[in-house]
Amino acid sequence: MDSNEVLYDVIVVGAGPSGLAAGLELAKGNASVLILDRKQEIGCPKRCAEGLSNRWFDIMNLKPKPEWAVQEIKGAVLYGPNGKDVKMKSENALGYVLERKMFEKELAINAVKLGAKILLKHQVINAKRENGLVKLEVEVNNEVKEFKGKLVIACDGIDSLIARMLGLNTKNNLNDTDSGYQYEMTGISGYDENCLHLYFGTQVAPRGYIWIFPKREGTANVGIGIGAYVSNETKLNAKEYLDRWIQSQPGLKNGSIIEVNAGGIPVGGFLEKMTADNLLVAGDAGHMVDPIHGGGIGIAMEGGRLAAKNALRALKENDYTDKNLNQYTQEWFDTRGNELKRRLKSRHLLEQLSDDDFNYLAESITMDEALAIGNGTLSKTDMAILFTKKLVKRPGLVAIMMKYFQ
Amino acid sequence: MSAKNNSNKCLYCGACVGVCPVGAITLKDTRIFIDEKKCINCGACVTICPVGAMKLEKKI
Repeated sequence: MDSNEVLYDVIVVGAGPSGLAAGLELAKGNASVLILDRKQEIGCPKRCAEGLSNRWFDIMNLKPKPEWAVQEIKGAVLYGPNGKDVKMKSENALGYVLERKMFEKELAINAVKLGAKILLKHQVINAKRENGLVKLEVEVNNEVKEFKGKLVIACDGIDSLIARMLGLNTKNNLNDTDSGYQYEMTGISGYDENCLHLYFGTQVAPRGYIWIFPKREGTANVGIGIGAYVSNETKLNAKEYLDRWIQSQPGLKNGSIIEVNAGGIPVGGFLEKMTADNLLVAGDAGHMVDPIHGGGIGIAMEGGRLAAKNALRALKENDYTDKNLNQYTQEWFDTRGNELKRRLKSRHLLEQLSDDDFNYLAESITMDEALAIGNGTLSKTDMAILFTKKLVKRPGLVAIMMKYFQ
Repeated sequence: MSAKNNSNKCLYCGACVGVCPVGAITLKDTRIFIDEKKCINCGACVTICPVGAMKLEKKI
């Protein structure tokens, strides 16, 4: 075994948005940081629809650049099961669809400029603690190398095993996971290229939705997320649902596919604890995803940065125990987790709705009201008013809503 | 019985790894490895696979 004598302050496993944001913050704080990734290229293959709203540009102090913020988005169109659509569009850009490969490479370049070191095609095969440090066994070029760190931040995605190797259970339950599949298509048309397009319905995408996220003229990410357990009941997988739907869309069915993506999406099942001795977890590995729309670039970056801040604190205090690190869990729930928990509640509500309920809501509820329900921010009184005004005609819906908003 | 991966269909996205309750699946480069000794034949990987690349088959 080849031994690497360097002792790093922090080893970040996974060079996605979360790991790179963590690496950037650590390097900024003058920690010695090594970022490992098992893949051969940063940002590729993506498991992502690449949308990022302005809110996250603000939170992460990012400025959109034309080389990776490739499509300005001014709104969204929601399509109900009966085909009726609700369009909300603003005059200004509300966000962008990214070319993630370019975006992440820029993050990587910035992290390295500040002093971080990145190694690709390095697969962690084992992690253990030794004398208060973490020792990673890493497979590279058919050899096993050793890397030592005071702390490890696991940002290794839904297939994270690093945290599990160090005793923190990050596995996903099927009920809290979506099955995702996507094509990047070109030569397609028939949709407003300044809007995101979301298609709902139990025949279209049970317990999820199909999306079109435009990415330059005539080109878009066309994808689907469905409840992971759905294929048990319907015998159709995410790919089959998406292929069937694309064939029904005249503007899409003759398009060409220039990239195929797949992935599991952790949409809930938040971890009660995101640390162990010498370990913090962030991004998909820490189940940091919005339970309603399944997006996670911004949330992952924010989580990675927060993990890094706590790592810097622990380095200063020279205390790498779980007890000291676990403040990170509390801070994450305060800044983001509790908001996502409310949205998970709303997701559970949406899952109860029938196609008729969806159609009715699309026709009767305003966008502001829908957003308030989605964010879980309606007070009981507001909810009561909404029930009386809009939902009296559908007592079934009232019953479902009461169940979830008590 | 044990889970089996069809590498022709597989897009090595790692969804199966994330839901395996016993950590029997690992993803290396573009290949899925299944530890037949650990596999409890629960089918979670078959259920989540977006492209139908996982099956439960008799151990050879």
